[in-house]
Amino acid sequence: MDPSRKRVIRLSVALAAALLLATALVYVSFTAGTKEFTASQLLSQGRPGQTYELAGTVLLGSVRHDGTSLLFKIRDPKLDVAVPVSYTGIVPDPFAGGRAVMVAVREGAGTTYIGQQNSLTTKCPSKYQAAAAS
Amino acid sequence: MAIVGRALLILALVVALYGIGASLFGARSGRREWVDSGRRAVYALAGLATLAFAILEAAFLRSDFTFNVVAEHSSTTTPTFYKLAAAWSSQEGSLLLWVFLLSVWSSLILFLTRRRVREIAPYATAVLLGFGAFFTSLAVFFANPFATSAQAPAEGAGLDPLLLHPSMMIHPPMLYSGYTLLTIPFAFAVGALVTGRLGAEWIAVTRRFALAAWLFLGIGILLGARWSYTELGWGGYWAWDPVENAALMPWLCITAFVHSIMIQEKRGMLKVWNASLVLGSGTLSILGTFLVRSGILNSIHAFGASTLGVPFVSLIGAMVIGSIFLIVWRREQLRSEAQLESLWSREAVFLFQNLVLVAMVLVVFWITFFPLISQALTGTKVSVGPPAFQPFVVPLALILVLLSGIGPIIAWRRVTVANLRRGFALPIVVGLVTLIVLLVVPGGPSSRPFALAMFALGAFVLAGVAQEVWRGVSARRATTHDAVPLALLGLISRNRRRYGGYTVHAGLAVLLIGVAASSSFKHSTDVLLSPGQTARVDGYTVRYVRPVEAITSQKISFGAVLNVSKGGHHVTNVTTTRNYYPSQDPSDGLIGKFFDSANSDSAVGLDAGPLRDIWTVINVQTTPLDSLINQGNNVFAAYAPQVMTRAAKLPPGQAQQAMNGLWSERDLAVAEIARRFVTHPWQTEFLLLVDPMVTWIWLGALIIAGGGFIALWPIPVLARRRTRAAKPARPPASPAVPVREPA
Repeated sequence: MDPSRKRVIRLSVALAAALLLATALVYVSFTAGTKEFTASQLLSQGRPGQTYELAGTVLLGSVRHDGTSLLFKIRDPKLDVAVPVSYTGIVPDPFAGGRAVMVAVREGAGTTYIGQQNSLTTKCPSKYQAAAAS
Repeated sequence: MAIVGRALLILALVVALYGIGASLFGARSGRREWVDSGRRAVYALAGLATLAFAILEAAFLRSDFTFNVVAEHSSTTTPTFYKLAAAWSSQEGSLLLWVFLLSVWSSLILFLTRRRVREIAPYATAVLLGFGAFFTSLAVFFANPFATSAQAPAEGAGLDPLLLHPSMMIHPPMLYSGYTLLTIPFAFAVGALVTGRLGAEWIAVTRRFALAAWLFLGIGILLGARWSYTELGWGGYWAWDPVENAALMPWLCITAFVHSIMIQEKRGMLKVWNASLVLGSGTLSILGTFLVRSGILNSIHAFGASTLGVPFVSLIGAMVIGSIFLIVWRREQLRSEAQLESLWSREAVFLFQNLVLVAMVLVVFWITFFPLISQALTGTKVSVGPPAFQPFVVPLALILVLLSGIGPIIAWRRVTVANLRRGFALPIVVGLVTLIVLLVVPGGPSSRPFALAMFALGAFVLAGVAQEVWRGVSARRATTHDAVPLALLGLISRNRRRYGGYTVHAGLAVLLIGVAASSSFKHSTDVLLSPGQTARVDGYTVRYVRPVEAITSQKISFGAVLNVSKGGHHVTNVTTTRNYYPSQDPSDGLIGKFFDSANSDSAVGLDAGPLRDIWTVINVQTTPLDSLINQGNNVFAAYAPQVMTRAAKLPPGQAQQAMNGLWSERDLAVAEIARRFVTHPWQTEFLLLVDPMVTWIWLGALIIAGGGFIALWPIPVLARRRTRAAKPARPPASPAVPVREPA
């Protein structure tokens, strides 16, 4: 085969593969993604039955245990708003009152949000934080 | 000493700025003395950064709490080993570590190349000093490690208990060494592009540093994974967290580079690609450093705001724009000297492997930054969790393993039928046999196609590497008549780059087999148990035998002895504990400070084996102790001030005695309360995992590191001279006896 024709075919195949990968990435990102809300956003924009990533800090003094369920409140980092969460599953070591956390939640029967099992992540101690923000 | 430290940093900044000017002026005017002066500025920067870092370490060792970073990250009870490591647990100390490592590595490369690459070196020096000036200015203006308080606290806050892990001493310096070493090929690539000297020379002088960056960054990543597995109490080693990804991306990029430079060295091809990979790796290393500090992405690591965003984004922007400009400007000189002759050649395999690695970088980058991208596009942050990585990374990893098996076997330029038969027959047979055995064996992994494919491909790679090594040993024995171990040693020591690379490929196969097994066949259960009760996980019976507690000057430990059996046969006993370190939070009270869960960590009960790990962790709730703790707090809240007031009126010796008495009584009360965990045990939560072949991951990591060191180690000078003399103009298509390669 003509070498230049060969090069065009190779380039076309490579571009097609790249396009396919990019399309799949964009599709998966938008369809499999979960909206990330703070406590105040969750209260104002959250809809029943939908799952959201709730990010904020664990309200000091709010952590309790009920059997294997962990009950705590997540506070909005900027506003004085907190939402109660009931969570079961793996609790990472750094979890504690005052620590920044993220958990996937959906609206429960009452005012408490139900945390998705094993979805709790906490701020890692190796993260450097500006003194003003801590 | 703080003022000396700060003065050293300011002087370091001045020296770096001077060095940039001297190097550029020397390069433009052709005056050698200015170029030399610029290089000496790098040595001076290294000296100043070393002194500044030594002052900071000395402050940690002395527990000098007038230094704010020492007061916030260490205490008198912090073990000496961890006092040293605490220096880089802070933002300020870690930036100083960055400057220190950057200046040391920069000095090393510039010393080694002081009589080589004379046109490129001044520009590389300026770029390296530019990085030095950037990070020094961050330490001077934004995050001063030598900030002090007029009133030093009597005791420091201590190091976060989760950082009390041996990895802490090695993991950050390894990562930072990797990041800083990546700036060296970046700087020389910029120098080569600016001067238009785009031959293989700049690659030859920086190749070893690129390899060292790859090695150190890889070790850092794997130590982080090990720390996560044994310390964080969640039972995993990789969470696709933004900060983990930030280290993975430059590692993947530089992995592609250390392969593709071989094609440029041998065939003069892929020059644009190589320059892009080096510039990309350098930029990603700064991005990785930034991500840990920015708080721009919510994740396990990255929370909180930082004042460093604007400077970092500016630097990254300048690096990206500058890199694109230089490559476009020099595109004519970057044209390949040869064409790819066949898709069935080692060059093509390296190229495919490069494409897979870069595709992985793009996938990881896109998903990691998707919350920011979605916010920019839709106004709402959308998180894409770990499951989004799997559909892309798993198939790409399978292709990568396949290519890492083909690469060492296939011939350069064009494969022949004879080469195919000779090289591929055994590995393919081994891979197929593995696949068939795993498919037919009862209870095998046939239900998990990706894991099954990884096992078969891993066997293919291991067989291929073993075959190549055996052929090399046989060829050597034919000429030297050495015993097999001696012949193997001789073979590796004279072909370190090649056999180091083969070892890395074997290690990668072992590691990914472990990852495939542990991620596909892990079993876990989360249970509440009282002493004597049992739980079942993956056919194992775990019995909570008895609670245990221990008190030392540093922590209170509540734990459990667990008996593990299978089919009525004893397997092992493991002990898992929850350690409580004294908190510095006054609201906890004099007794409660010893039971603060915010200041606790887990010690995993682990029975590791070649086929499975039994991993257990206890999650103690101290709620049953709350009433006693509150009672104790109340008693001591009333009693302690009385003793302190009385002591204040006594001579120092008696005052100390009175205070010692108070602390002894408090310690007795704490011990009495803690003992109730054993005397009045309550139902406790356990996370129990049976995780197959995790040991293979650590073993694979060790093999990879070993291979990296072999490839990095310089070959003896004599052998190098012989190699240069004997090196053919073009490599043979399929060497029967491995040729010696220059290091």
